[in-house]
Amino acid sequence: MPLSSHEIINRMVTGLLTSRGHAPELLLQHLIAIQQACSHVPESAVDLLSQAMGVTRSRIRACIDFYAFLHARPRGDYDILFSDNITDRMAESEALRDQLTTRLGVRLDQTRGDGRVTVGLTSCTGMGDQGPAILVNGLAVTALTAARVDRIADLVEAGVPLEHWPPELFIVQDNIHRAGDLLRNAERTRPDLERFLALGPQAALGELEASVLRGRGGAGFTTALKWRICRDSPSDARFVVCNADEGEPGTFKDRVLLARYPDLIFKGMTLCAGIIGARKGYLYLRGEYRHLLPRLHWVLAQRRERGLLGRDIGGQAGFHFDIEIHLGAGAYVCGEESALIESLEGRRGVVRKRPPYPVVSGYQDKPTVVNNVETFLAAAQIIEWGSHWFRGEGTPQSTGSKILSVSGDVARPGIYEYPFGTPVTRVLEDCGGTGAQAVQVSGAAGVTLSPPEFSRTLSFEDLPTAGSFMVLGPDRDLMDMTRNFARFFAHESCGFCTPCRVGNRLLEALVEKVAAGKASAYDLEEMRRIGDLMRQASYCGLGMTSANHVRDILDKFPATFQRRLRPGSDFTPAFDLDAALAAARAITGRNDAGAHLEEA
Amino acid sequence: MNLSTTMANSFRLDGREIPFQPGQTIMDAALAAGAYIPHLCHNPELAPHGSCRVCVVRVGGRLVSSCTAPAAAGLEVASDTPDIQASRRTILQMLFVEGNHICPACEKTGACQLQAVAYYTGMLAPHFSHFFPRRDLDASHPDYVIDFNRCILCELCVRASRDLDGKNVFAISGRGIDSRLVIESPTGKLGDSAFAATDRAAHVCPVGAILPKRGAYAVPIGQRLYDREPISQVGDVAANEGRARP
Repeated sequence: MPLSSHEIINRMVTGLLTSRGHAPELLLQHLIAIQQACSHVPESAVDLLSQAMGVTRSRIRACIDFYAFLHARPRGDYDILFSDNITDRMAESEALRDQLTTRLGVRLDQTRGDGRVTVGLTSCTGMGDQGPAILVNGLAVTALTAARVDRIADLVEAGVPLEHWPPELFIVQDNIHRAGDLLRNAERTRPDLERFLALGPQAALGELEASVLRGRGGAGFTTALKWRICRDSPSDARFVVCNADEGEPGTFKDRVLLARYPDLIFKGMTLCAGIIGARKGYLYLRGEYRHLLPRLHWVLAQRRERGLLGRDIGGQAGFHFDIEIHLGAGAYVCGEESALIESLEGRRGVVRKRPPYPVVSGYQDKPTVVNNVETFLAAAQIIEWGSHWFRGEGTPQSTGSKILSVSGDVARPGIYEYPFGTPVTRVLEDCGGTGAQAVQVSGAAGVTLSPPEFSRTLSFEDLPTAGSFMVLGPDRDLMDMTRNFARFFAHESCGFCTPCRVGNRLLEALVEKVAAGKASAYDLEEMRRIGDLMRQASYCGLGMTSANHVRDILDKFPATFQRRLRPGSDFTPAFDLDAALAAARAITGRNDAGAHLEEA
Repeated sequence: MNLSTTMANSFRLDGREIPFQPGQTIMDAALAAGAYIPHLCHNPELAPHGSCRVCVVRVGGRLVSSCTAPAAAGLEVASDTPDIQASRRTILQMLFVEGNHICPACEKTGACQLQAVAYYTGMLAPHFSHFFPRRDLDASHPDYVIDFNRCILCELCVRASRDLDGKNVFAISGRGIDSRLVIESPTGKLGDSAFAATDRAAHVCPVGAILPKRGAYAVPIGQRLYDREPISQVGDVAANEGRARP
């Protein structure tokens, strides 16, 4: 007799709890597994988890509601999400999306009647060098073309299980076009810990200190200082967390680093553990990079087998450390370290109050080092090759190199590594960004550069960047970019503080008003005023930076907005009387001139 | 030595010397000294939250929330200045338009902290266009009603239920502008939850979202908490519970 769906869910949840555990911090991981298996998180699973994990139902539902990849109602057997970054749109993702929804007979985000498929949008999936990209049940498909879309539609209609889809659909290229010291050396750096064990934790930290390595996530905090504070914070436990939640639109370098050098990244985490005295580490991997999971698990298993993880590492009594991978589920804000920790603990990714900083009170309120993937890769190599090697390039304040994710209107999108201090012009020359009218540095939250600024240099003292480098060619309309960013931030604000939660929605509406040709000069001032408030009064970096793009367009590309203003209007009310009649027109079935207040 | 220690443990708020104890925030010290900094999500009984941003003050050129910023010796803190009040007004206007606030028709009018702080900062109109969200009203509980239209997501009820009542009746769900207050019960209704009129969570709501039934007009309009004196002199709704209902 076939099992009822309730029994299947029951068995599945029980299996999850048995294999991974009941601890509340596993909640998000269990929810992701259930979503993957059932295309939603059924109410019965919520009840079971609540009882078994001692977590309230409302907290579980709140989690499902918060993360974009979790759903209370069923998505299709195939859940297809189009990456909706501006670079995807520049590569005609909208036409491909329309093609797919037409072929499959679905509307955006509405699961087809037979439950077969859902097509939706998602924030940048980290494939800017090979877009347009989609996720199918979480797995990346890149370099979408009309032919590939047709093929995917055929596979969906035929009900071919995902594991039997042609493997070439899932190929992800690394596209490294310029390797500097870090990438070149990675090829010859040993994954073991011999050098570290020979040096000892004290000397190793000294080496890191001498390198003046600063965090590669963008904020640029001195890595050795972070590790030292963590080590010196009194506690019975400490944690190492690798932030692989690379969510900033246009960045994808961590994806490449995780694909090529996982051993060295884990090595970096392990020596951090050795220095600060941590026994447990987490790699927080964004859900969009699920395709990397099998390989990462395999590398971890290898390291355990070789005694590089586990108990008494390298034969050193008391050096115990292991690494667990936690997946994200579609929330940009989780790239912020304290939101990431909340998410690691199985909650909504809401930024914590600071102080205390995670380095003093982080995961489970214990001292925690959170560093970017690239930082751990650099640290692993600094211990191996010495601080002198690392300081061989860069500037005094920004030692070493930076790995950039270059995308947009360039001949050769991909990974470029440069010494800090390299001017933007040099990058544009190398990648073939001819005639660029703007470069968006460090993602949607970064800075929009105009051509006179292209001589500025990539460095903490001039242009700090987490690595995203999006080029907008001479024929692009920057309005498309700013609309895309405004939508992105309104979608990704966690909602905790007023200026970010409401401000981003207000900005989005104003940007749309400008785009529709209905705004007046007053609205532009309004955008500036709201943006200023968000920058000054928001609770965390997301709100503080999410109006940057609007301010940059106002300051550096004023024509983008100016030429769309309603002629001769000092003030246009937000209330649109004609639009308000739309409901009446729909009811009466009229759309003639007499049913409008103004000519269309 | 003693004298210098005393001097070291004070900061200046709009020019006024405010003493503080180690571990206090700017808000704690200001409230203890009888200096008013407008706020909504703060309640001295509960851990600071820092979400509403109404209590922002300027310290060293930056705006910080005074409820979370640690007091430190020698700080120059600006609060009641035209630019900071303007920032607060904008934040309040944001709160007004994202929900459905109908002051003249609201049972809480005159005794509402959102309204009183708006008056205090000189807010005359919501300014932005209203979002008009569709939100529910939950009247399932025998003693209390929740009107989600007026919830400002301050999480005071969430924190009071969790930290003071030990009940976890409330939680925040969703994300961004879709964030919303939810109730822990099989049906999601207040009437099926562990909520009781005697809970602290029933008495901390600064707005008209969590209201006792059958007491809405016990105090006539004109004689309510903030009808005669401004909030800077009267203090919070929660601190006045029982003195001037509703």
